[in-house]
Amino acid sequence: MITIEGLTVSFGAVQALRNVSLVAETGKITAVLGANGAGKTTLLRSISGLKEPNTGTIHLDDQSLVHKRTEDIARLGIGHVPEGRGVIGEFTVEENLRLGAMMAKVNLSQGLDEQYALFPVLGERRKQHAAKLSGGERQMLAMARALIAQPSVLLLDEPSLGLAPLVTQQLMHTIQSLCESSDLTVILVEQNATSALRIAHHAVVLHVGKVVANDTASAVSADENLRQYYLGLVE
Amino acid sequence: MDPFLTSRIVTDVLGGLTNGVTYGLVALSLVLIWRSTGILNFAQGAMPMFATYLGFALLSYHFGYWPCVVACVIAALLIGGLTERLLVHRLYGKPEINPIVVMVGFLIVLEAVAAAIWSSTPRSLPSPFSSIHWQLAGKPFALSPFIVYEFATALVVMAAVAGLFRFTNLGLQLRASALAPEVSRLLGVRVGRLLTLGWMLSTVVGVITTILVSANFFSGLTPTVMDGIFAYGFIAAAIGGLESPVGAIVAGVLLGVVNQFVTDYVNQDSVIIIALAILVVSLMIRPSGVFTKSTQRRV
Repeated sequence: MITIEGLTVSFGAVQALRNVSLVAETGKITAVLGANGAGKTTLLRSISGLKEPNTGTIHLDDQSLVHKRTEDIARLGIGHVPEGRGVIGEFTVEENLRLGAMMAKVNLSQGLDEQYALFPVLGERRKQHAAKLSGGERQMLAMARALIAQPSVLLLDEPSLGLAPLVTQQLMHTIQSLCESSDLTVILVEQNATSALRIAHHAVVLHVGKVVANDTASAVSADENLRQYYLGLVE
Repeated sequence: MDPFLTSRIVTDVLGGLTNGVTYGLVALSLVLIWRSTGILNFAQGAMPMFATYLGFALLSYHFGYWPCVVACVIAALLIGGLTERLLVHRLYGKPEINPIVVMVGFLIVLEAVAAAIWSSTPRSLPSPFSSIHWQLAGKPFALSPFIVYEFATALVVMAAVAGLFRFTNLGLQLRASALAPEVSRLLGVRVGRLLTLGWMLSTVVGVITTILVSANFFSGLTPTVMDGIFAYGFIAAAIGGLESPVGAIVAGVLLGVVNQFVTDYVNQDSVIIIALAILVVSLMIRPSGVFTKSTQRRV
């Protein structure tokens, strides 16, 4: 479980997050919605230690993550698929996956088999450089590389960005299946609110760094007034 | 005995190979540092030179060749590591020109300090093997026990570096740290340590080259012993492709052979001109290097 309390993060004079609090429960999908500049990516980067918060606390179960190095946070079992996927184009599919598996105490061949079963296209292209994959395949590779380490928490930053609707639908289905089949905790940052709310258990809506809604996904989905925030209709 | 083995052509080829492996090793050390940290190290000749002076200082205390070599390797590890931690570490993420300027400055400082401590007078290093060429049917043959030792050492170093990057998790992490440091951190890779390790390994490859060069070439060890060889090693790395250890070696060896033929059949002054001409042509045809695949990063 990830617990965030009173998180404030600034870039110089600009406050990207203001007193943000939320709980991402174990085995559940928490969608974080908001328009561009709402602070969604900053929230994930703060959890991963890529951005140091000004104030506030972040806990993985009972363990504080603030002031920890990114690599140490990753080794605690937090997988982060960054915006733009972050696959290493110069590496083959298999090398990307090997890199993901390296820090976790998992059997490599078993881990590869599991990911190739989950994303068969990656198995077919295991020797191909990641730079030559399509956008959807790269997203699958980025997810597989995070999953092969068997994380307890998965942070997904805009996984549907640039993907065709059908591929987005498949991806969301895969995320949902993973949560249902294990105790994986997912924090899903999305601009595609409809897709995210369809699979999420809980939803948090951010607007210029502040939490404007924190409720079940169905409640957020049903609230017409909230749509203006995550659709970017409010200045 | 076949006179072909002692002919001018064979002599030139063997002489070229002898020079070429040293160019190849310098190119390899540049590739090593590029692949593991993404920086072109213009002090790649001076840092190992300094380590060689430090290691062979043990000669004054009656240590033999091999203990001195071990001391050189230890000094190289320290110099490489300290350089990365104290100097290069601050340059990551800065404009590409910054590390180039800093490392050129560092080269000048190291050479000046070495000259101040040990003087610029050539210092002869001991050799574990004879440098006297073998004779075939009374004619000189362009190989000696030392040259064979040089080839063997180069092959072992090349195989070790290629194997490190191709087959080991450490090599994969080194490359990942250079190519995508933030993503590597997100995957739990301790990027800071790996960048330091990349510089340490590269300086070790450099010090092995410097020891071979200083013992084999009649110039001996001087503060500027690696300057000329660095230039050819750099050309070889650019031709072969900074992403390719194999390319660096092959280009270095071929460049050595070409240089030898130019020296013998044209003149010594034309060597650098021909080498640069080859570089320009190869970069026009394959900008990312002859041996670098198109999916890999261009420089």
